[in-house]
Amino acid sequence: MQDASFLRMIKQDPAMPQTIAQIKKRYEAIEKEQDEKGNLYYFTIRMRQDDRLIGFAKIEWIDWSNGGGFIKLGIGAPQDRRQGFGSETLRLMLRFTFGELNLFRLAGVTPEFNTAGLSLFKKFGFVEEVRRRQAVSFQLKRWDMIHLGLLKDEWAAHAENSLRGQAQDVSHTTD
Amino acid sequence: MANDLFTGMKVRLTRSEPDVVSKAYALWGRDSEYRRYLHERALHLWSQKKYEEWLKEDSDQQNAKQWMFDIHTLADDRLIGYVLLFYQSIAQGDAWVGIGLGAREYWGKGYGTDAMALILYYAFEELNLHRVSLGVLAYNPRAIRAYEKAGFVVEGAERRVANKDGVRYDAWIMGILREEWLARYMKERNQNGG
Repeated sequence: MQDASFLRMIKQDPAMPQTIAQIKKRYEAIEKEQDEKGNLYYFTIRMRQDDRLIGFAKIEWIDWSNGGGFIKLGIGAPQDRRQGFGSETLRLMLRFTFGELNLFRLAGVTPEFNTAGLSLFKKFGFVEEVRRRQAVSFQLKRWDMIHLGLLKDEWAAHAENSLRGQAQDVSHTTD
Repeated sequence: MANDLFTGMKVRLTRSEPDVVSKAYALWGRDSEYRRYLHERALHLWSQKKYEEWLKEDSDQQNAKQWMFDIHTLADDRLIGYVLLFYQSIAQGDAWVGIGLGAREYWGKGYGTDAMALILYYAFEELNLHRVSLGVLAYNPRAIRAYEKAGFVVEGAERRVANKDGVRYDAWIMGILREEWLARYMKERNQNGG
């Protein structure tokens, strides 16, 4: 939480270094919200080999009646990026979104200078839907905020392994 | 030329007492067509008491992330709707505008347009924002036309966001930059003789 440019890619509040006590409080608030509101699913990302924490991923602002939600994910340390962990995380999160939460639509919002994030989303079939001009301030310039969206059918077409291949479907329906 | 931030040609912006406003909200709240225009979330009905508690709570928050106004007609001081600005992070200079005229007989007569002109002046000249954003559902073409007339530019659409009666609709996102608003405002002011 000390890296201001990482923070600006995922949030637009003024950047502020946090103490451990503050972060603990923030995490407790996340757990409370998950329990009480039912429209947030929050995950940490850990390395399989040594359980090291490398980031977070969440589906939030879920609107159940319309079947929509928003995804946000971040890998904290620059040295942990560009190694495919974001792709693997997003792949898992998309299966969770469409195969477990059964949402119809998933959206992501990120500033245009987050080029790595934008190419990750697009790699998985997200479509750029909205460009809010000059909505974000960063390093003395104004940037556009990009909204992307992925519909369930689009994900199903893009997914390398369809759900049919992964789960044992006892009823043998053909869709 | 507006010397008064809160007085337009047809309406004025104000804050009325929670007991009066909550009565209007409870009444308007039962109009599902009106409610669906405001947002795509599933509708639940609130009692007047619940609205009143919510309004009181809202005005108590010192750092509430919104500026909310009641719209009254100038002609007979009738409460006809609300308009507000709300934001994620004020440091970014971008806020979202929302407007609703619960009194349907005032639709399509310029009252909303007048209120929007006032709130945009407030946004750019009182809050010194850099831009104002809005979302509007595709099944609300009257509002889309009104926003375009007010100077908002279509910046895209979130696809198939709203699922209503078995049909999916997009949510259009529009925005107006300070420089765009200022050019229009100055042009109108000069046309009206300052």
